[in-house]
Amino acid sequence: MKAAVLVFPGSNREGDVAQAIELVTGRRPAMVWHGDGDFETTDLIVVPGGFSYGDYLRCGAMAAQSPVMAEVRRRAARGVPVLGICNGFQIVTEAGLLPGVLMRNAHLKFVCSDVHLKVETSQSLFTNRYQAGQVIRVPVAHAEGNYFADAETLKRLEDRGQVAFRYCAPDGTVDGSGNPNGSINNIAGIFNETKTVLGLMPHPENAVEPMFGGSDGKGLFEGMVEALS
Amino acid sequence: MKARVHVTLKNGVLDPQGKAIGHSLNRLGFPEVGDVRQGKYIELEIAETDKTRAKARLDEMCRKLLANTVIENYSIAVADEIDWKKE
Repeated sequence: MKAAVLVFPGSNREGDVAQAIELVTGRRPAMVWHGDGDFETTDLIVVPGGFSYGDYLRCGAMAAQSPVMAEVRRRAARGVPVLGICNGFQIVTEAGLLPGVLMRNAHLKFVCSDVHLKVETSQSLFTNRYQAGQVIRVPVAHAEGNYFADAETLKRLEDRGQVAFRYCAPDGTVDGSGNPNGSINNIAGIFNETKTVLGLMPHPENAVEPMFGGSDGKGLFEGMVEALS
Repeated sequence: MKARVHVTLKNGVLDPQGKAIGHSLNRLGFPEVGDVRQGKYIELEIAETDKTRAKARLDEMCRKLLANTVIENYSIAVADEIDWKKE
Protein backbone atom coordinates (compact mmCIF):
# COMPACT_ATOMS: atom_id res chain seq x y z
CA MET A 1 0.00 0.00 0.00
CA LYS A 2 1.42 3.32 -1.10
CA ALA A 3 0.16 6.24 0.97
CA ALA A 4 0.41 10.02 0.74
CA VAL A 5 0.30 12.16 3.87
CA LEU A 6 -0.64 15.81 3.32
CA VAL A 7 1.26 18.52 5.15
CA PHE A 8 -0.20 21.99 5.77
CA PRO A 9 1.42 24.89 7.57
CA GLY A 10 0.49 24.04 11.16
CA SER A 11 0.05 20.27 10.72
CA ASN A 12 1.71 18.45 13.61
CA ARG A 13 0.66 14.78 13.51
CA GLU A 14 1.92 14.04 10.01
CA GLY A 15 5.05 12.38 11.42
CA ASP A 16 3.01 10.20 13.78
CA VAL A 17 0.71 8.93 11.07
CA ALA A 18 3.62 8.42 8.65
CA GLN A 19 5.34 6.31 11.30
CA ALA A 20 2.20 4.25 11.93
CA ILE A 21 1.87 3.59 8.20
CA GLU A 22 5.54 2.66 7.91
CA LEU A 23 5.15 0.31 10.88
CA VAL A 24 2.50 -1.76 9.11
CA THR A 25 3.62 -1.40 5.48
CA GLY A 26 7.39 -1.11 5.77
CA ARG A 27 7.14 1.80 3.34
CA ARG A 28 7.53 5.44 4.16
CA PRO A 29 4.53 7.38 2.79
CA ALA A 30 5.00 10.31 0.44
CA MET A 31 4.75 13.63 2.28
CA VAL A 32 2.79 16.10 0.13
CA TRP A 33 2.96 19.86 0.73
CA HIS A 34 -0.32 21.83 0.71
CA GLY A 35 0.63 23.87 -2.36
CA ASP A 36 1.24 20.75 -4.44
CA GLY A 37 -1.80 20.29 -6.63
CA ASP A 38 -0.31 17.38 -8.57
CA PHE A 39 1.27 14.64 -6.49
CA GLU A 40 2.14 11.04 -7.23
CA THR A 41 -0.61 8.46 -7.49
CA THR A 42 -1.18 6.57 -4.23
CA ASP A 43 -3.58 3.94 -2.84
CA LEU A 44 -4.48 6.12 0.14
CA ILE A 45 -4.45 9.82 1.04
CA VAL A 46 -4.14 10.80 4.70
CA VAL A 47 -5.09 14.26 5.98
CA PRO A 48 -3.34 14.47 9.36
CA GLY A 49 -4.01 16.28 12.62
CA GLY A 50 -2.69 19.62 13.76
CA PHE A 51 -3.69 23.24 13.41
CA SER A 52 -3.60 23.87 9.66
CA TYR A 53 -3.30 27.58 8.88
CA GLY A 54 -3.47 28.25 12.61
CA ASP A 55 -7.15 27.24 12.68
CA TYR A 56 -7.90 30.73 11.33
CA LEU A 57 -11.54 31.52 10.48
CA ARG A 58 -12.74 27.96 11.25
CA CYS A 59 -10.77 24.76 11.83
CA GLY A 60 -9.98 23.29 8.43
CA ALA A 61 -11.66 26.05 6.42
CA MET A 62 -8.51 27.44 4.82
CA ALA A 63 -6.87 24.05 4.26
CA ALA A 64 -10.04 22.83 2.53
CA GLN A 65 -9.46 25.46 -0.18
CA SER A 66 -5.75 24.70 -0.73
CA PRO A 67 -4.45 23.42 -4.11
CA VAL A 68 -3.71 19.96 -2.69
CA MET A 69 -7.30 19.57 -1.46
CA ALA A 70 -8.70 20.42 -4.89
CA GLU A 71 -6.74 17.41 -6.18
CA VAL A 72 -7.83 15.28 -3.20
CA ARG A 73 -11.47 16.08 -4.04
CA ARG A 74 -10.91 14.96 -7.64
CA ARG A 75 -9.24 11.71 -6.55
CA ALA A 76 -11.84 11.01 -3.85
CA ALA A 77 -14.52 11.36 -6.53
CA ARG A 78 -12.70 8.61 -8.48
CA GLY A 79 -12.78 6.41 -5.36
CA VAL A 80 -9.26 6.91 -3.97
CA PRO A 81 -9.57 6.28 -0.20
CA VAL A 82 -9.10 9.31 2.05
CA LEU A 83 -8.49 9.18 5.80
CA GLY A 84 -8.92 12.41 7.78
CA ILE A 85 -7.78 12.40 11.39
CA CYS A 86 -8.61 15.17 13.88
CA ASN A 87 -7.81 18.41 12.02
CA GLY A 88 -7.89 16.19 8.93
CA PHE A 89 -11.52 15.30 9.75
CA GLN A 90 -12.28 19.01 10.06
CA ILE A 91 -10.56 19.64 6.70
CA VAL A 92 -12.40 16.90 4.80
CA THR A 93 -15.79 18.05 6.16
CA GLU A 94 -14.99 21.66 5.22
CA ALA A 95 -13.98 20.36 1.79
CA GLY A 96 -17.38 18.71 1.43
CA LEU A 97 -16.06 15.13 1.32
CA LEU A 98 -18.05 14.33 4.46
CA PRO A 99 -21.28 15.91 5.73
CA GLY A 100 -21.66 17.91 8.93
CA VAL A 101 -19.22 20.04 10.87
CA LEU A 102 -16.92 19.86 13.90
CA MET A 103 -17.86 22.55 16.41
CA ARG A 104 -16.24 23.86 19.56
CA ASN A 105 -16.33 21.25 22.36
CA ALA A 106 -19.54 21.72 24.37
CA HIS A 107 -17.57 22.37 27.59
CA LEU A 108 -15.21 24.77 25.77
CA LYS A 109 -12.10 22.95 26.99
CA PHE A 110 -9.31 21.35 25.02
CA VAL A 111 -9.60 17.63 25.72
CA CYS A 112 -6.47 15.47 25.74
CA SER A 113 -7.07 11.95 27.06
CA ASP A 114 -7.73 8.37 26.10
CA VAL A 115 -11.28 7.61 25.04
CA HIS A 116 -13.18 4.42 24.32
CA LEU A 117 -14.71 3.94 20.91
CA LYS A 118 -17.33 1.49 19.76
CA VAL A 119 -16.59 0.22 16.28
CA GLU A 120 -19.92 0.36 14.46
CA THR A 121 -19.07 -1.84 11.50
CA SER A 122 -16.32 -4.07 10.22
CA GLN A 123 -17.63 -3.66 6.67
CA SER A 124 -15.20 -1.05 5.38
CA LEU A 125 -11.65 -0.89 4.10
CA PHE A 126 -10.76 1.02 7.27
CA THR A 127 -12.41 -1.16 9.92
CA ASN A 128 -12.20 -4.71 8.54
CA ARG A 129 -9.72 -5.77 11.24
CA TYR A 130 -12.24 -4.95 13.98
CA GLN A 131 -15.51 -6.62 14.96
CA ALA A 132 -18.76 -4.66 14.88
CA GLY A 133 -19.45 -3.65 18.48
CA GLN A 134 -15.81 -4.00 19.55
CA VAL A 135 -14.54 -1.39 22.02
CA ILE A 136 -11.11 0.13 21.41
CA ARG A 137 -9.11 2.67 23.41
CA VAL A 138 -7.32 5.51 21.60
CA PRO A 139 -6.38 9.08 22.51
CA VAL A 140 -8.12 12.31 21.53
CA ALA A 141 -6.59 15.80 21.56
CA HIS A 142 -8.82 18.59 20.32
CA ALA A 143 -10.88 21.67 21.18
CA GLU A 144 -13.24 21.43 18.20
CA GLY A 145 -14.45 17.86 17.98
CA ASN A 146 -18.12 18.34 18.69
CA TYR A 147 -19.70 16.72 15.62
CA PHE A 148 -22.92 18.28 14.42
CA ALA A 149 -25.21 17.68 11.46
CA ASP A 150 -28.80 18.73 10.87
CA ALA A 151 -31.55 16.21 11.67
CA GLU A 152 -32.03 15.16 8.06
CA THR A 153 -28.30 14.55 7.45
CA LEU A 154 -27.98 12.72 10.74
CA LYS A 155 -30.86 10.41 9.88
CA ARG A 156 -29.27 9.67 6.50
CA LEU A 157 -25.92 8.88 8.16
CA GLU A 158 -27.54 6.55 10.67
CA ASP A 159 -29.85 4.85 8.16
CA ARG A 160 -27.00 4.15 5.76
CA GLY A 161 -24.60 2.92 8.41
CA GLN A 162 -22.14 5.74 7.83
CA VAL A 163 -21.22 6.13 11.50
CA ALA A 164 -17.83 4.44 11.87
CA PHE A 165 -17.02 5.02 15.55
CA ARG A 166 -18.95 6.23 18.60
CA TYR A 167 -17.59 7.45 21.92
CA CYS A 168 -18.59 5.01 24.64
CA ALA A 169 -17.95 3.89 28.22
CA PRO A 170 -15.23 1.21 28.71
CA ASP A 171 -17.96 -1.47 28.68
CA GLY A 172 -19.30 -0.24 25.33
CA THR A 173 -22.31 1.66 26.65
CA VAL A 174 -22.98 4.63 24.39
CA ASP A 175 -24.09 7.44 26.69
CA GLY A 176 -23.00 10.88 27.86
CA SER A 177 -20.35 9.50 30.22
CA GLY A 178 -18.06 8.43 27.40
CA ASN A 179 -18.60 11.51 25.24
CA PRO A 180 -15.62 13.89 25.58
CA ASN A 181 -16.92 16.81 23.51
CA GLY A 182 -20.71 16.82 23.19
CA SER A 183 -20.84 15.19 19.73
CA ILE A 184 -24.34 14.47 18.53
CA ASN A 185 -25.21 10.74 18.83
CA ASN A 186 -21.70 10.28 20.36
CA ILE A 187 -20.25 10.35 16.85
CA ALA A 188 -16.44 10.07 16.77
CA GLY A 189 -16.01 9.19 13.10
CA ILE A 190 -18.05 8.88 9.91
CA PHE A 191 -17.77 7.47 6.40
CA ASN A 192 -18.96 8.96 3.14
CA GLU A 193 -21.69 7.05 1.31
CA THR A 194 -19.27 4.72 -0.47
CA LYS A 195 -17.18 4.22 2.69
CA THR A 196 -14.05 5.28 0.85
CA VAL A 197 -13.63 8.40 2.98
CA LEU A 198 -13.29 8.14 6.75
CA GLY A 199 -13.01 11.10 9.10
CA LEU A 200 -12.48 10.70 12.83
CA MET A 201 -11.43 12.93 15.72
CA PRO A 202 -9.44 10.35 17.77
CA HIS A 203 -5.84 9.49 16.93
CA PRO A 204 -5.43 5.79 16.05
CA GLU A 205 -1.90 6.63 14.83
CA ASN A 206 -0.97 7.37 18.44
CA ALA A 207 -2.09 3.94 19.63
CA VAL A 208 -0.04 1.54 17.52
CA GLU A 209 2.60 0.36 20.00
CA PRO A 210 2.07 -0.97 23.55
CA MET A 211 5.10 1.03 24.72
CA PHE A 212 3.12 4.23 24.06
CA GLY A 213 0.04 3.27 26.01
CA GLY A 214 -1.83 0.92 23.71
CA SER A 215 -2.06 -0.57 20.26
CA ASP A 216 -5.81 -0.58 19.61
CA GLY A 217 -5.36 1.86 16.73
CA LYS A 218 -3.07 -0.45 14.81
CA GLY A 219 -5.97 -2.47 13.43
CA LEU A 220 -7.11 0.51 11.40
CA PHE A 221 -3.78 0.66 9.56
CA GLU A 222 -3.51 -3.12 9.20
CA GLY A 223 -7.04 -3.21 7.83
CA MET A 224 -6.22 -0.60 5.21
CA VAL A 225 -3.07 -2.47 4.19
CA GLU A 226 -5.09 -5.64 3.76
CA ALA A 227 -7.76 -3.89 1.71
CA LEU A 228 -5.46 -1.75 -0.43
CA SER A 229 -2.41 -3.91 -1.14
CA MET B 1 -15.84 50.11 -1.40
CA LYS B 2 -15.93 48.79 2.13
CA ALA B 3 -17.92 45.69 2.88
CA ARG B 4 -18.95 44.14 6.16
CA VAL B 5 -19.85 40.53 6.78
CA HIS B 6 -21.42 39.21 9.96
CA VAL B 7 -21.33 35.47 10.55
CA THR B 8 -23.58 34.07 13.28
CA LEU B 9 -24.59 30.62 14.45
CA LYS B 10 -27.98 29.49 13.23
CA ASN B 11 -30.84 29.35 15.71
CA GLY B 12 -30.89 26.02 17.49
CA VAL B 13 -27.14 25.48 17.17
CA LEU B 14 -25.61 25.34 20.64
CA ASP B 15 -23.29 28.31 21.27
CA PRO B 16 -21.26 27.45 24.38
CA GLN B 17 -19.11 30.58 23.99
CA GLY B 18 -22.19 32.81 23.96
CA LYS B 19 -23.47 30.97 27.04
CA ALA B 20 -20.16 31.49 28.88
CA ILE B 21 -20.20 35.20 28.01
CA GLY B 22 -23.79 35.47 29.29
CA HIS B 23 -22.88 33.78 32.59
CA SER B 24 -19.90 36.10 33.05
CA LEU B 25 -22.02 39.18 32.43
CA ASN B 26 -24.62 37.93 34.91
CA ARG B 27 -21.88 37.45 37.49
CA LEU B 28 -20.46 40.91 36.81
CA GLY B 29 -23.72 42.55 37.86
CA PHE B 30 -25.73 42.45 34.63
CA PRO B 31 -28.64 40.21 35.61
CA GLU B 32 -30.72 41.62 32.76
CA VAL B 33 -28.61 39.71 30.22
CA GLY B 34 -30.41 36.64 28.90
CA ASP B 35 -29.44 34.67 25.82
CA VAL B 36 -26.07 35.64 24.27
CA ARG B 37 -24.96 34.55 20.80
CA GLN B 38 -21.42 35.15 19.62
CA GLY B 39 -20.46 35.65 16.00
CA LYS B 40 -17.75 36.94 13.69
CA TYR B 41 -17.35 40.30 12.04
CA ILE B 42 -15.25 40.57 8.87
CA GLU B 43 -14.39 43.82 7.13
CA LEU B 44 -13.28 43.74 3.51
CA GLU B 45 -12.05 46.30 1.02
CA ILE B 46 -13.51 45.46 -2.39
CA ALA B 47 -12.23 46.84 -5.70
CA GLU B 48 -15.72 47.35 -7.12
CA THR B 49 -18.00 50.38 -7.54
CA ASP B 50 -21.31 48.63 -8.25
CA LYS B 51 -23.12 47.62 -5.04
CA THR B 52 -25.13 44.82 -6.64
CA ARG B 53 -22.08 43.22 -8.21
CA ALA B 54 -20.11 43.59 -4.99
CA LYS B 55 -22.86 41.90 -3.01
CA ALA B 56 -23.15 39.02 -5.45
CA ARG B 57 -19.40 38.42 -5.12
CA LEU B 58 -19.54 38.70 -1.33
CA ASP B 59 -22.37 36.19 -1.25
CA GLU B 60 -20.16 33.77 -3.16
CA MET B 61 -17.27 34.46 -0.75
CA CYS B 62 -19.51 33.67 2.20
CA ARG B 63 -20.72 30.42 0.71
CA LYS B 64 -17.23 29.31 -0.36
CA LEU B 65 -15.19 30.31 2.67
CA LEU B 66 -16.35 32.92 5.16
CA ALA B 67 -19.30 30.97 6.58
CA ASN B 68 -20.06 27.29 7.04
CA THR B 69 -23.73 27.21 6.10
CA VAL B 70 -24.25 23.92 7.94
CA ILE B 71 -24.26 25.86 11.20
CA GLU B 72 -23.85 29.53 10.32
CA ASN B 73 -25.88 32.37 8.80
CA TYR B 74 -24.28 35.42 7.26
CA SER B 75 -25.31 38.95 6.48
CA ILE B 76 -23.61 41.28 4.03
CA ALA B 77 -23.45 45.06 4.05
CA VAL B 78 -21.70 47.23 1.48
CA ALA B 79 -20.85 50.89 1.91
CA ASP B 80 -23.48 52.42 4.23
CA GLU B 81 -26.14 49.94 3.36
CA ILE B 82 -27.03 46.91 5.39
CA ASP B 83 -28.67 43.91 3.81
CA TRP B 84 -30.57 41.88 6.40
CA LYS B 85 -32.49 39.67 4.02
CA LYS B 86 -29.77 37.01 4.19
CA GLU B 87 -30.47 36.47 7.89
